[in-house]
Amino acid sequence: MNWSWDFFFAYLTNGLMLRGAWTTIWLSVISMIIGLGLGVVAAMMKMYGSRALRWIAEFYIWLFRGTPILIQLVIIYTGLPQLGIRLTVIESAIIGLALNEGAYLAEVIRSGIMSVDKGQTDASRAVGMTWRQRMWLVILPQATRTIIPPLGNQFNGMLKTTSLASVISMEELMRSAQMLAQIEFRVLESYTVAAVWYLVLVSIWGLIQMRIEAHYEKPFGPAAAVSPEARRDLEKALEKAGPA
Amino acid sequence: MTQQDKQLVPGGKAADRMLGPPIVMIEKVCKSFGENHVLRDVSLTVRQGEVVVICGRSGSGKSTLLRCIDQLETIDGGTIRAAGHLMGFRERNGKRQPLRDAEIAVQQRDLGMVFQNFNLFPHISVIENITLAPVRILKRKRAEVREEARELLKRVGLPDKENAYPRQLSGGQQQRVAIARALAMKPKVMLFDEPTSALDPEMISEVLDVMTGLSEQGMTMIVVTHEMGFARAAADRVILMHDGGIVEEAAPEKFFGNPESEHTRLFLSKILHH
Repeated sequence: MNWSWDFFFAYLTNGLMLRGAWTTIWLSVISMIIGLGLGVVAAMMKMYGSRALRWIAEFYIWLFRGTPILIQLVIIYTGLPQLGIRLTVIESAIIGLALNEGAYLAEVIRSGIMSVDKGQTDASRAVGMTWRQRMWLVILPQATRTIIPPLGNQFNGMLKTTSLASVISMEELMRSAQMLAQIEFRVLESYTVAAVWYLVLVSIWGLIQMRIEAHYEKPFGPAAAVSPEARRDLEKALEKAGPA
Repeated sequence: MTQQDKQLVPGGKAADRMLGPPIVMIEKVCKSFGENHVLRDVSLTVRQGEVVVICGRSGSGKSTLLRCIDQLETIDGGTIRAAGHLMGFRERNGKRQPLRDAEIAVQQRDLGMVFQNFNLFPHISVIENITLAPVRILKRKRAEVREEARELLKRVGLPDKENAYPRQLSGGQQQRVAIARALAMKPKVMLFDEPTSALDPEMISEVLDVMTGLSEQGMTMIVVTHEMGFARAAADRVILMHDGGIVEEAAPEKFFGNPESEHTRLFLSKILHH
């Protein structure tokens, strides 16, 4: 057996790896934020847009969900220069990941918006809100609650999908592991360390996601949050219903 | 003053209230959903300070009429004028053009609406429910609006609930918050769409008391309800709708004592004997 714990621990805190991990984090966050924006716009176009806008949104979603992210990245970075569009590695990675994410999130956001009770639209119109105001102040904040769990799931996926950007030489975790493996030929140790780093990042995200979910669940709290008055009313009602 | 006190005042209701000029004028309004004609040529005028109760069987068009007044539904024909607006349209050279969403929203700010299912905003606290529209839509100062909201909460008997979330309140409490939310926009007319129908019996009176109080303070109110006690005590006029039209329109004494329409007699016999 040729496994070396020394290499493993050395790689774990190797500067190249740490820089790679950091790149994975910011690449994921930036791509996710842009993807979220694209997703909201695409969902809105699909739900409320004119026929042309709806068609554009449908086409976008169909195209980016229907082709592998790997091909999208390669086309953006190495294919587009043929058309005179030259993008840096970082630009290509962010654009590719965000466009792909947006197509998936559009559907997540659409179902979140549809989950909000119709009475909320009535109520917000009745106090005189315009379409934009009711979307922004009433509908989207409530849709968020439904959207957060699948969104967290998507971000979990994003942290790992960024590894595909290594093929266009984006220096994130995967690429760092590749480079390390080529220096000392400790292939198993290098890639295992990368895997451990992905696990760490995903686990930290899991904890953050729990907190975000708890925050959005607060107004809808558990039964324990029922006020004493409400409980008394309930008890009175039960008493009244009493022995049938 | 509670509902019971009020009944002791001889000749109560309109007699001790000054009614102003017409504030809601509905003329020959039609509305259908597909093949279903829900409103057929409905006309109704409500004066400032007046309390009109609308009753009728489910499907008679009473809720639709209320929703048309507030532009939650668009009408197919006729005219609705409310609080000085030609609802949903603008008139130019004698021609009518439908208004855009944002223009309708401006008209809706002068009308308050209370729904059967309360429809409070569940993601924000009670006080934020009340201040949201005045602060974010009318762009008024937050501190000032908050002060008013606290006053409104006192008025509806929930001074200690400002930081609660809707989910933590009973149905009766939620409906009172919904009334406060509507009042925060200082509406000229309040519309109530079966405000007590979703409530357990012992919570109905707390909501009706608030509504009776409002009517005493001179608020113009159109109330769709089956609470005949409220109609007797607080209404200036009671209306019965049947099949998308108004079949009876009378002061409460006459409505309950000596109605003209056969439909009213049938409706009353059903509702009072249950």
